[in-house]
Amino acid sequence: MRENATRCKVTTLASKIRRSVVEMTHLGKSSHVGSALSIADILAVLYGEILQVDPDEPSKADRDRFLLSKGHAGAAVYAALAHSGFMPEDVLAQHYQNGSKLSGHVSHKGVPGVELSTGSLGHGLGVATGMAKAAKLQKRDHRVYCLLSDGECDEGSNWEAILFAAHHKLDNLTAIVDYNKIQSLAPVADTLGLEPFADKWKAFGWNVVEVDGHDHADLRAAFANGQPASGQQPNCVICHTTKGKGVSFMEDSVLWHYRTPQGDEYDAAVKELDNA
Amino acid sequence: MRDSVVGRLTELAQEDQRIILITGDLGFGVLNEYREKCADQFINAGVAEQNMTGVATGMALEGMIVFTYSIGNFPTLRCLEQIRNDACYHNANVKILAVGGGFSYGQLGMSHHATEDLSIMRALPNMQVIAPSDPWQARLAVDFLVEHPGPCYLRIDKSGAGLEPPEEGGFTAGKARVLSEGSDIAIIGAGGILAECIEAADGLKGAGVSAGVIEMATVKPVDVDAILAAARRVPVIVTVEEHSVIGGLGGAVAEVLAEHGCPARLVRIGLPDVYSSVVGSQEYLRNYYAMDAAAIVQRTKAAVAA
Repeated sequence: MRENATRCKVTTLASKIRRSVVEMTHLGKSSHVGSALSIADILAVLYGEILQVDPDEPSKADRDRFLLSKGHAGAAVYAALAHSGFMPEDVLAQHYQNGSKLSGHVSHKGVPGVELSTGSLGHGLGVATGMAKAAKLQKRDHRVYCLLSDGECDEGSNWEAILFAAHHKLDNLTAIVDYNKIQSLAPVADTLGLEPFADKWKAFGWNVVEVDGHDHADLRAAFANGQPASGQQPNCVICHTTKGKGVSFMEDSVLWHYRTPQGDEYDAAVKELDNA
Repeated sequence: MRDSVVGRLTELAQEDQRIILITGDLGFGVLNEYREKCADQFINAGVAEQNMTGVATGMALEGMIVFTYSIGNFPTLRCLEQIRNDACYHNANVKILAVGGGFSYGQLGMSHHATEDLSIMRALPNMQVIAPSDPWQARLAVDFLVEHPGPCYLRIDKSGAGLEPPEEGGFTAGKARVLSEGSDIAIIGAGGILAECIEAADGLKGAGVSAGVIEMATVKPVDVDAILAAARRVPVIVTVEEHSVIGGLGGAVAEVLAEHGCPARLVRIGLPDVYSSVVGSQEYLRNYYAMDAAAIVQRTKAAVAA
């Protein structure tokens, strides 16, 4: 019964995140709605049932750490935090507005629950790795999660961190890749191909799980897999996702990396999400 | 100076478990004692400065005092965005130790000449920039780095000014030390090249020019009061740094003089806007690029005569 309630909560949270990011990118006339929709389910599972975090005490010492390395999808994290009680939901309307704390790329300044400001790609995993290393040295049990984009894996700095985390056996670290196969200008495969992607992480010494990044049960199982010490390897969850997921005309479209939902397109997106 | 810094850090790390030293696979021989005495507080990040700085930030955000260590441009420019976005923007307790300041590794070539580090580090908000002039002063600077909560850059020089440590006030962050006062010129120097400033002041005395020497070990925040006091005393101020004349010590002093409407004339001595491509020792390159004592004397005399 309780399990069902949790699952229902996660489904609702995913819907709320989707609805909010469309609203936020509409009001802000901002980009990256496709990137934000792509990770709505991942965030819903994390904030809905995996992360040990407390909205009433966002800086609690033993909280799990979640870092969004693909900072351009910040709207989705702000939405996940607001709908999880970290801040009032009406604050989301300030996204991208003059004088706002909610910058387009995720910001920790004055935003409870955000661990790290990012925006330039290839930064989150190194910092997450340092946090995981610190937790090991301090003999603390919390986990560190870092969500990356696929295009972001072009950045060499990630591979430095990937080497480091495996060498230091950071099994308290989980890297999550939003593998929607589309980056800024073109499909990943036509830009800098990542395949065989899972094999690359495995060859670097990581415990890799591949899942449907929109299947809550799959995601739950994958994150749970990383909960116990997994043979002293860091964990990588490669999430096969659809960019723009939930709004049919945005799905699998390079266009919706930058295009902002306005006019008829905004109305259609809202209608589709509200009827989902 | 390098050994003094690591030696002091070893002492402090034994007393404070929060101190972590991460090297970018450099420091052969130099870090042995630290590694032996503080094994759990030592990490070799490999030849990966971006990750070294990211990891340092992550650990610092978890309450640790993290020192990164490498040569000149590697822990600074190679990972500049990690310093800017991760360490500095989050005001993380990350301390960058860069050995090989200026031409310390002159024979190794341009890649190992740290000649823009002061200006680039200085431009980053939250960052403090320190260039000690002697090993004993560098030890005091390490104490400050541990105490100060926030990012710092320590430029470690192979050369030293050769001064004796005073009983008190050998290093106060943000404060200049007036080593001598003159009535014609004030020479402001930072780092081991201060030795050339002191020698130049003696040389100028013989030429009938009264020059005082001010040590500005903290390049940021620069000691505005000391600069203004000097500008009130003398008509010509000379800055000397083993660094580009753009944006470092000379730049900092120029900003202060200009913004306060000081009439004092400024002569910036350092590397002109070029890459140093000549092979040679630190001493040789100081001479080649006209920043040794003789060059300081010559340029100062010309400025006084002008």
